Amino acid sequence: MIKEILMPIISLGGMSIIFGAGLAFASQKFAVDSDPREEEVREALPGVNCGACGYPGCDGFAAAVVAGEAPVAGCPVGGASVAEKIGEIMGVEVGAIEREVAKVLCAGDCDNAPNKYRYQGIEDCVAASMLVDGPKECSYGCLGLGTCVRACPFDAIYINDKGIAEVDVDKCTSCEKCVAACPKDLIEMIPVSSLVQVMCKSQDKGKDVKKACKVGCIGCRICEKACQFDAIKVEDNVARIDYDKCVNCMVCAEKCPTKSIYADFNSRKVAFIEEDKCTGCTACKRACKFDAIEGNVREVHTVIEDECTGCQECVKKCRFDAIIMK
Amino acid sequence: MEYVGKLFMILLSTLLVNNFVLSRFLGICPFLGVSKKVSTALGMGAAVTFVMALASLITYIVQYAILETLGLEYLQTIAFILVIAALVQFVEMVIQKTSPTLYQALGVYLPLITTNCAVLGVAIINIQEKYDLLQTLINGTGAALGFTLALVLMAGIRERLELSDIPEPLKGFPITLITAGLMSVAFLGFQGLIK
Repeated sequence: MIKEILMPIISLGGMSIIFGAGLAFASQKFAVDSDPREEEVREALPGVNCGACGYPGCDGFAAAVVAGEAPVAGCPVGGASVAEKIGEIMGVEVGAIEREVAKVLCAGDCDNAPNKYRYQGIEDCVAASMLVDGPKECSYGCLGLGTCVRACPFDAIYINDKGIAEVDVDKCTSCEKCVAACPKDLIEMIPVSSLVQVMCKSQDKGKDVKKACKVGCIGCRICEKACQFDAIKVEDNVARIDYDKCVNCMVCAEKCPTKSIYADFNSRKVAFIEEDKCTGCTACKRACKFDAIEGNVREVHTVIEDECTGCQECVKKCRFDAIIMK
Repeated sequence: MEYVGKLFMILLSTLLVNNFVLSRFLGICPFLGVSKKVSTALGMGAAVTFVMALASLITYIVQYAILETLGLEYLQTIAFILVIAALVQFVEMVIQKTSPTLYQALGVYLPLITTNCAVLGVAIINIQEKYDLLQTLINGTGAALGFTLALVLMAGIRERLELSDIPEPLKGFPITLITAGLMSVAFLGFQGLIK
């Protein structure tokens, strides 16, 4: 009886111990030197394997970071928080990086841009754009058939009630899937702090644009002249903003005759000078490009609120921290 | 001479007539899983060949030296699985060390050799057919080579299928399964080879 129970246990157990010892020896002999940081970096990543970093999945990116090939801040989905974590693991300082979000640069909704024919094919922008550049009169406009919506793995794009695609800024992870999906190349990555965008990519001549869309850029260069910061340029009949130079003063949007430049006027702030800190040095007055600050030397300066565009040029110039944005 | 002839017959029969994948339908999982590229199919085949040949040898020793002498034949399955699992672990370590790319390409299918029924199948068939040690080795190696042959043939076909115009609903696994079925029918033609 005892023998019948003990024999299997001893024989199988003995075999297991022999194999185990063999494997233990082999694992030392064939040990692979893997960098423990690779695992840590992989842990810190979002893990959606979207490929926006340009590497095959999060594992590939983690390996590339540890190998020193990829930048620490190379994950656009994780953004600053992930970059900081990876920087900590790798022992590198990460400068502040601006999060970018996708933006559909077309305002030609059903109110503004007429159709040239009724499209009844399959619900897909790529298919529709093959039929004489799509149903819209404007051949550059958003077709609103949702190819980008289906490409978005994060549910961050929707077709609004006016029939064009819009990005939910909070949900967007800057994976750039939609940028690649749009057959009209209408989606661009824009710094999240930017409050001004040219909502048109039509390269047609002004006359043709006016026929096709009420809010299209006609390339009149009024914005170019109005911009005090050299941040907006008309190229190929369409205005483009240089987001590095743009200070969100929104003057271009105010001046635009077709209102094709979008500006978030609700977020606009005006400068305010704190009386007790102001020394009357006139530095801010000289810096202001809109003549929005008045006051004499050695007297407290004030901001003319109606003239102030919120460009913050004065804030940068004030040496006494007397100007705040309200 | 007769003995050598028998060895040759065993090799031929397990390689073509009773091909493990296409006639016995064992080891279908890696057959479908790692047959996308010829190079990975060859790597998988090599790994399985190593495991099968060594498993045949060790299970033979385990069966006759331990289990039968102690009258524990009923432990056959679990003891064999133990041997195979240990061998697969060893192969995994070796491949990870020697060829990280192959290790990446094989992915989960490498540890899955443990539960590959073809490996256990060959070990049990060796015992059932009452092969001696040399025949066991020939049978194990032949079975593994047959597996590799099927895998490489399949990978070759699938590489071409990638480029051909297949109806949308049949793309991917459906056409692969149909291909596997047709290959199996083709291998039936070898049945008349050995009387």
